[in-house]
Amino acid sequence: MIRLIKKADISQSQIMTIRIMAVFLSLFTAGVFILFLGHNPFSVYGSMMSGSFGSLYRLQETILKTIPLLITSLGIAVAFRMKFWNIGAEGQICMGAFCASFFALHFSELPSLILLPIMMVAGIVGGGVWALIPGVFKAYFGTNETLFTLMMNYIALKWITYLQYGPWKDPDALGFPKIKNFSESAILPNIFGIHIGWIIALLLVAIMHFFIHYTKKGYEITVVGESENTARYAGMDVKKVVLIGLLISGGLCGITGMIQASAISNTLSVEVSGGVGFTAIITTWLSGLSAPMIVLISFLFAILVQGGSFIQTAFQIPQSAAQMLQGVILFFVLGSEFFIQYQVIFPWNQYMQKEEN
Amino acid sequence: MKKVISKLLVGVLAVSMMVSGCSTAKKLANVDSNAPVAKEEMKVGFIYVGPIGDGGWTYAHNEARLYVEEQLGVQTFYKESVPEGPEVEKVLKDMIDQGANVIFATSFGYMDYVEKVAKQYPHIKFLHCSGYKTADNMSNYFGRMYQARYLSGIVAGMKTQSDTIGYVAAFEIPEVIRGINAFTLGVRSVNPDAKVVVRWTHTWYDPAKEKEAAKALLDEGADVIAQHQDTAGPQQAAEERGVWSVGYNTDMQATAPQAYMTAPIWNWGPYYAQQVQAVMEGTWKSESYWGSMNEEIVRLAPLTAIAPEGSKEKVAEMEGKIKDNSFTVFQGPIKDQNGEVKVEEGQQMTDGEMLSFDWFVEGVVGKIEK
Repeated sequence: MIRLIKKADISQSQIMTIRIMAVFLSLFTAGVFILFLGHNPFSVYGSMMSGSFGSLYRLQETILKTIPLLITSLGIAVAFRMKFWNIGAEGQICMGAFCASFFALHFSELPSLILLPIMMVAGIVGGGVWALIPGVFKAYFGTNETLFTLMMNYIALKWITYLQYGPWKDPDALGFPKIKNFSESAILPNIFGIHIGWIIALLLVAIMHFFIHYTKKGYEITVVGESENTARYAGMDVKKVVLIGLLISGGLCGITGMIQASAISNTLSVEVSGGVGFTAIITTWLSGLSAPMIVLISFLFAILVQGGSFIQTAFQIPQSAAQMLQGVILFFVLGSEFFIQYQVIFPWNQYMQKEEN
Repeated sequence: MKKVISKLLVGVLAVSMMVSGCSTAKKLANVDSNAPVAKEEMKVGFIYVGPIGDGGWTYAHNEARLYVEEQLGVQTFYKESVPEGPEVEKVLKDMIDQGANVIFATSFGYMDYVEKVAKQYPHIKFLHCSGYKTADNMSNYFGRMYQARYLSGIVAGMKTQSDTIGYVAAFEIPEVIRGINAFTLGVRSVNPDAKVVVRWTHTWYDPAKEKEAAKALLDEGADVIAQHQDTAGPQQAAEERGVWSVGYNTDMQATAPQAYMTAPIWNWGPYYAQQVQAVMEGTWKSESYWGSMNEEIVRLAPLTAIAPEGSKEKVAEMEGKIKDNSFTVFQGPIKDQNGEVKVEEGQQMTDGEMLSFDWFVEGVVGKIEK
């Protein structure tokens, strides 16, 4: 019989070996798939790289894809650190974008210097409150946060849809369901050709790294995640820690929403998140909840997305096939996590072990 | 651990620099934007809202793309399934980055993004389908589909036995409303008692949802289904229930052989080829093009054997009148749903009025949310 054993300890070099093997296996498998599509895998991979870095424009696009993943992952990581499985980032992004858009649309005459910070705060509040709701229910009634946060996503998405088709529909769009575009002052400025979200993102990485490792609250969040009982014995107010952690988690996602609505969409729409809230769960998990690693993983993931989009036009690969490629690569990389945690013992190995004994 | 990461990063950077070295994008000099373009330098981009295999709207545009390639021998490329959101801007820029000098954007919701990108890239030509905005380097183009819709309405009106026709519609935009109105006028020109029941799906491409909407209409007593979406979903519903249907976009006979009677269809190829040709010759000019049945950009697909008796003759008669301009579909008297006369006897609706249609004619059962 095949048995699984949890690995007691595993060295960093072993982990890296497994991960690198997974990457190569995934590239190989995806390569076979590309061959079936009638293309040369090497030129497709090369083209993915050149599509992500090949020109200043492409690099900028890759960074633009990194920013929302990065900030959202930072947010999710806070919740995950408390073992609070917040998969509601998509909804928190939407609500952040919604609150920010409220000010962008209703106070559009304000100058940028006042309007943008207001939008940012509104985004944090919107996302934070949306994460706080399942937090309160979990803390006081012990509800399952995974399902709760998941369902909150759909409420948020439908809320935006309702606004887009109903009360916020742009009367000048001749019946087309879209919300009015923001005024210039509600749009984030560019620095080096990329909206300043990238600076905000890097600042947040530093802040979150410092917060988790060098502040009392950050320490409390970690302890609550390790063991609630320990935290309680140490005299921490577990409920309070969880709620504060969730406010931060959702608040960061809300910032993503504000940035995407302001700089990318220039308006609010159901497309504002574009699935980032779900993708970021993967990047958070792969980065082991560490803020610096999140930067790297989000960037690598952005390459996958940007490169995948590039090969569609460069090789005329259907969108579904390009997404399958991404899926294959993810499958292996995520699958390798299993082999980092568990050891598989096959029947013939068991036999050999006995013989050795 | 950190060392490994830094090595990885260095590796990635090195690879990327090698690759990027080979494919540095050609810098476009600030040349006269209307200078002729050599055939080898032409690269025509197409952005589609659905997959090219949707069997409808996007399929028709893609057929035209292939027609352009075949007729002019220029290079074309496309990106499918681009949602009507911020991604449009990125896709447009990606295409320019990859050398496109003419881009056809084939969905209404792309308009604002095309306008935005057109401002940033004055040397690139943009053609936006079904919208109303133009710029020096941005045209909009469309066809008078309402003419063919009217004719398809005649077929549906003669076929229905329950005097109830279901119409599965996408969005409350003038294009769709105009189509429903023209269709209804066609229906009632041969069957004054018939009504056209509208159901909105708020989708362009969602075969399952569109099929469900058609089924709901059939449950309400409709025995002919017409549609305004990019897929053939509603046709399947009619086929399964053993009733009749009028397609859209392309000939949909293969999807619903027992139900399909005809369809108002698109024929973009000649217009696309002519526009690309103009860019190559340096004679291209921004315009608002609204082609009619005379230019063959819109047509009524051949009637199948299921079409009612006598419909062929009636359609041919009205088609002749439309083509020689003795009949213009939206000519008075036309009443709205409340029975109020909106277009007086002897009057015709102007293009401007038709392009901002926001009310239903008498005989339509449905509501336009404003």
